[in-house]
Amino acid sequence: MPEPGMPHRRHILTRWAIGAVCGLSALLPAAGALGQQTFPVNGVAEPREGCYAFTHATIVKDAKTTLKDATLVIRDGKIVAAGPGAAVPKDAVVVDCQGKFIYPSFIDIYSDYGMPSNQRGGSGRGSQQFISATKGAYNWNQSIKPEVNAAQLFGADAGKAETLRGQGFGAVLTHQKDGIARGTGALVSLASDRENKTILREKVSSHYSFDKGSSTQDYPSSLMGAIALLRQQYLDAQWYKGNPAAEGVNLSLQAWNDQQQLVQIFDAGDKWNALRADRIGDEFGVQYVIRAGGNEYQRMPEMLASKAQFILPLNFPAAMDVEDPADARFVALADMKHWELASTNPAAFEKAGIPFALTAADLKDAKSFFTNLRKAIDNGLSEQKALEALTQTPAAILKASDKLGSLDAGKLANFLIASGPIFDESTILYQNWVQGNKYQLKDEGWSDIRGKYNIVLTYPNSSATYPAEIKGSPASPSIVNKDTIPGKIEVAGPLVTIVLNITKDNTRQIRLSGAIRFMQGAMATMRGSGVDDKGVPVNWEAVQTATHVAKADTAKKKTPEAPGKIYYPFVGYGFEEMPKQQDILIRNATVWTNEKEGKIEGTDVLIRNGKIAQIGKGLAAGSARVIDGTGKHLTPGILDEHSHIAISRGVNEGTQSVTAEVRIADVVNPDDVNIYRQLSGGVTASHLLHGSANTIGGQSQLIKLRWGANAEDLKFAGTDGFIKFALGENVKQSNWNLPARVRFPQTRMGVEQVLVDAFTRARDYEKAGPDKRRDLELDALVEILNKKRFVTCHSYVQSEINMLMKVADRFNFNINTFTHILEGYKVADKMKAHGAGGSTFADWWTYKMEVIDAIPQNATIMQRVGVTTAINSDDAEMARRLNQEAAKSVKYGGMEEELALKMVTLHPAQLLHVSDRIGSIKAGKDADVVLWSDHPLSIYAKAEQTIVDGIVYFDRSRDLELRARIAGERNRLIAKMIGEKKKGGPTQKAVPSREEIYHCEDLQAGHQHHILNDVEDHDHANNH
Amino acid sequence: MKKVFLSIIGLTASLATLRAQETVYPAGPQKGQVFLKNATIHTGAGQVIERGTIGFSNGKIIVVGANVAIPADDVRVFDVQGQHIYPGLIVTDSNLGLTEVESVRATNDYSEVGEINPSIRSIVSYNTDSKIINTLRTNGILLAQVVPEGGLLTGSSSVVQLDAWNWEDAAYKTDNGIHFYMPRLMPRANPFGADARGPGGDAVKAAMEKIGQVKDFLRSAKAYLDGGSKKNGTNLKYEAVKGLFDGSQKFFIHCDLMKEMMIAADMKLEFGLDVVIVGGTDSWMIAGMLKKNGIPVILSQPHSLPVMQDDDVDQPYKTPALLQKAGVLFSISNEGFWQQRNLPFNAGTAGAYGLSREEALSAITLNAARILGIADKTGSLEVGKDANIVVSTGDILDMKSSVITRAYIQGREIDLTDKHKQLYERYKHKYQLQ
Repeated sequence: MPEPGMPHRRHILTRWAIGAVCGLSALLPAAGALGQQTFPVNGVAEPREGCYAFTHATIVKDAKTTLKDATLVIRDGKIVAAGPGAAVPKDAVVVDCQGKFIYPSFIDIYSDYGMPSNQRGGSGRGSQQFISATKGAYNWNQSIKPEVNAAQLFGADAGKAETLRGQGFGAVLTHQKDGIARGTGALVSLASDRENKTILREKVSSHYSFDKGSSTQDYPSSLMGAIALLRQQYLDAQWYKGNPAAEGVNLSLQAWNDQQQLVQIFDAGDKWNALRADRIGDEFGVQYVIRAGGNEYQRMPEMLASKAQFILPLNFPAAMDVEDPADARFVALADMKHWELASTNPAAFEKAGIPFALTAADLKDAKSFFTNLRKAIDNGLSEQKALEALTQTPAAILKASDKLGSLDAGKLANFLIASGPIFDESTILYQNWVQGNKYQLKDEGWSDIRGKYNIVLTYPNSSATYPAEIKGSPASPSIVNKDTIPGKIEVAGPLVTIVLNITKDNTRQIRLSGAIRFMQGAMATMRGSGVDDKGVPVNWEAVQTATHVAKADTAKKKTPEAPGKIYYPFVGYGFEEMPKQQDILIRNATVWTNEKEGKIEGTDVLIRNGKIAQIGKGLAAGSARVIDGTGKHLTPGILDEHSHIAISRGVNEGTQSVTAEVRIADVVNPDDVNIYRQLSGGVTASHLLHGSANTIGGQSQLIKLRWGANAEDLKFAGTDGFIKFALGENVKQSNWNLPARVRFPQTRMGVEQVLVDAFTRARDYEKAGPDKRRDLELDALVEILNKKRFVTCHSYVQSEINMLMKVADRFNFNINTFTHILEGYKVADKMKAHGAGGSTFADWWTYKMEVIDAIPQNATIMQRVGVTTAINSDDAEMARRLNQEAAKSVKYGGMEEELALKMVTLHPAQLLHVSDRIGSIKAGKDADVVLWSDHPLSIYAKAEQTIVDGIVYFDRSRDLELRARIAGERNRLIAKMIGEKKKGGPTQKAVPSREEIYHCEDLQAGHQHHILNDVEDHDHANNH
Repeated sequence: MKKVFLSIIGLTASLATLRAQETVYPAGPQKGQVFLKNATIHTGAGQVIERGTIGFSNGKIIVVGANVAIPADDVRVFDVQGQHIYPGLIVTDSNLGLTEVESVRATNDYSEVGEINPSIRSIVSYNTDSKIINTLRTNGILLAQVVPEGGLLTGSSSVVQLDAWNWEDAAYKTDNGIHFYMPRLMPRANPFGADARGPGGDAVKAAMEKIGQVKDFLRSAKAYLDGGSKKNGTNLKYEAVKGLFDGSQKFFIHCDLMKEMMIAADMKLEFGLDVVIVGGTDSWMIAGMLKKNGIPVILSQPHSLPVMQDDDVDQPYKTPALLQKAGVLFSISNEGFWQQRNLPFNAGTAGAYGLSREEALSAITLNAARILGIADKTGSLEVGKDANIVVSTGDILDMKSSVITRAYIQGREIDLTDKHKQLYERYKHKYQLQ
């Protein structure tokens, strides 16, 4: 193990290692003017060529080529030759590397070495900042900083360089890890030299992320906002090429355009974010190199399909301390499994044939680099691929194979000298040479003095011989006498101290002090003076009689216990294998068709190829699986018109009043356990909405609850696009404790103007010529004007509802759906006339001022007046009981039962323009149905089977099996983690696993189950 | 013979008479005897009486049974054939009457500043004119424990009946218990994050310190009360917890996690208090211990998400059944104030997941009364208890079939009009709907 912090005795050791081996050769004069430079010399100039020859080494030239007994010759910081027959120049300092291994030094392409440290920014409900605080002719958004050049910021950092060299690195690609567009990266060496020399290439790469970093600007606050911002930058940069007069000079866009030809590297940091980044790349013709997060093994087919090259981290999580069952309760199985499987990530990439580099940049503890690398190797990563991922692949990714990545002539003299194969646990890294400069990592053991010796004590008239053996490791040898009684030996450079015990009780000791004369390939000798066991001064000499013979490693390498399986999605309730589409015959159920046939008792429904094939009595099953529906009720699957489940990093981009450019489609999160929980409540589709923090929010996404599918496959394909609007207290920030009320609007009067202004701009934009700047925000608004995109508007009081319909009338489009719409009953006639639908809560009220007139008869009145009415959740918990929420209209408004059920099935399907596909049980429609244990409007009804596209995604009996599997797997992993703790492996305190749960007013991080939150949580009192 | 028969049709007509809520009057004391007959009577104590009759007089139940002879006196008799009769439902944990509009600070009177506030009394700010109260009565809720929040020892709760002119009339049992909100004993993922308790703070350690503060307070209070020395003057906070030590007040400890509940049990042992756990989300994991220590639970609402992603998807639904099986005395509660109208449905869900329907009913009637210390007066339909009675068209626990047609508090027939019905009527009028 290299010990970067250890060699305090470096000066002695350095001299010893080279001086003692081959002697310091005279330096030859430099060749003419080639050494000229601008820097003045204080003192006597000392030009050198630095020619060295490393002989008799095993040279691993690259991951595929190993040369035995070969010589490496370097000069002027570059490799001159590497091979078995390489000639040793006369002016070379010769370093005998008998028994040593030489490797190319490693390359880390995800470093921020030598960069100034960042300040974290961030926004919240404090002050609001709408444009960049960066001074100068730069981008409007503070997190877009392509103008930053790492080469200009770079300052060599001796401490960090030493740490990195200790890990085996010789060069890094460094950049400032700050912002969404981060500017260029520079390729630098880790030599402790002037930056002029260590910058190898000034601009190699261009960097991106989804993290706005130190930006203090509000926008973007969400992941979808970051994505929209990036997409807009590509468009803006393209447009800027035409030198638009109105823009003037924009140094950021200029820099953006200038760096598009460089290697494009995206810090995704997570499996889904990797795919999100890749989709942006696809849209703009860019193939990013993706810096992964370590959980990509959970979705390898998707990673492969991205066609990206990856940079993989080695920061595997430590085991959690789960001895206390009360603490273990709050660690999710997914986190335990990730602990077990994280180190299989590199192997998964190798197996999939995806090119990847490894990075040590995320490691908090430098020492864990080799430990974790070996862990990855133990878990299936081949040593060859590991070496490639640290040398050739990163060099190739950076198009720097001419300089780095292997030990070929002409490349930089960046190499490691090790005691053995580089990934072996016992291997010592002795030296890391960077640009021809030697950096000693460890010297102890460079000279292997182990073997058998005769120690001869010389008296005036006689001598006495004591046979002894030096054993142990080269770096820390030990000594025993002929009777194997242990003594003591300490080696410090060329000096040695020996205490030879003659008896076991330490009463007879010979104490010797001397120097070692060591010749590689020959026997060592030591000589000096000392005292014998009687205290008589003596001279002594030790002559080696045999070299050390390494014992063959007989300990069989333990094959690690096979880890647990991957689940889809990667949570406790995920599937090991995705359920298959089946032909199903549900026999003899009470079928709520939602068609003119109404509710039919004792009826069969045949599902074939994911569609409803037939409804009738006594249908032939054929090859279909038969489910007995006797005494049960079959209904269309529930469609939640207003949901915020399965969304990553924020449902609100509420930092501007109009954010039509953001899309929930970009941030669908397939790992949300609420998908499964809602299937257990009979939900088969959810309309995922942007939140309500601003007047014109983001574009929504309709999904089917295909538990286990990836984000793209969750999407309900081929449906009309929708967008969320909002009115009232949330958009005017009435309930925010703001120090300053700055953002327009702060009143309902202002809300109208935001809308009129936005659509006026959109209309003008649409009419503008072909060379206009494409604006993603206005594109979405134009779609609304052209009836290609439809509005779902969060709304409460009658005045604002009326106002929005008037604005829509003025711009000749329709409000498709008013959501929440708790005062819809007051203007139901106007809604009907306008053609708007309503999607409301069953019985919520008085959580804020604008809902004090909300009544549980609202749905009934709207429906009776002729408004297509739905009941929605806006809440992951309530969504599991939407059938009951529909039943409340039976209770409070006396609504007919079949109509009540339609409010959570057919009506939301109509409101979302998918009633030709789902919402009723009719031949030809999608087989999205629920089999209930009881009358579906009853509190006692349970969804027994929930079917989407003819696939049974939820089944109560399989649910019981999954619970048993979760319990078993948790038990196994808890035992394994406790075992890891006992072994002394790295552990961390058990911390509760976090989930993202959103309501529509939540900003940024989303909130936890109340148990996982702090107790006082009145902040969230005014959600929805 | 002046026996008065009133039909359901008559009742519907009376509901249709529109009044602003301001003219919905609290009912005067019961006069004469009232009998409700031909109903399915659910006593709240587990019995179901088919075609039963219940009679009450001067606010007290005088008879319940299947074959009740109705005296031929000056009595009022209602034939409620096909309907169900229940004890009035009891809300066990709410800030009802202490707030009107959640986001409007001026309407919020439930959370005082300071950590140790045992002398705070919720009863004095209970607003009998809150528009929310009547919407709960509409769903059969007739009594509520009104609880102060904010800090550690938040003060005393009182039980109120929901048909009153002012808080003095409303008081059903005053200052029945002192409430302790135990801080969460859970580490945070990021000690510097927004949810940490102080920079770099260890949340568990900070919580333990706060729990220690409360224990110290109780020890000092006990010493003060035992010694009777007021050398340094009267300590109102110590005086306020006198009832805890003489057994007249319960000690409600709001907590949810295993370790928290173990501390609650330990406090019961150390101080000999009549401890009730409020919340108890994870109580199913240590139900045996709670049973053994005789600690009842006011259980947080079943209509909740499971705490952890690995939990059984129906865990909150079936927790009541697990407590029942273990023999723990528990009631089912509901969060908030306006939300309380869903209390019966939370019990209904427990009824779908392992409890019998009568057990589910007990969890919001008799067991609730026991836990609040009012079971001598109410909670079940038994002779001698207050006539707190609800009549429903169907199963009160199922929204599909429960319309409350009549309700009595202490024998007084209360007006079931509420703001929502009034607005409903107003807009039915607008649209000429029938």
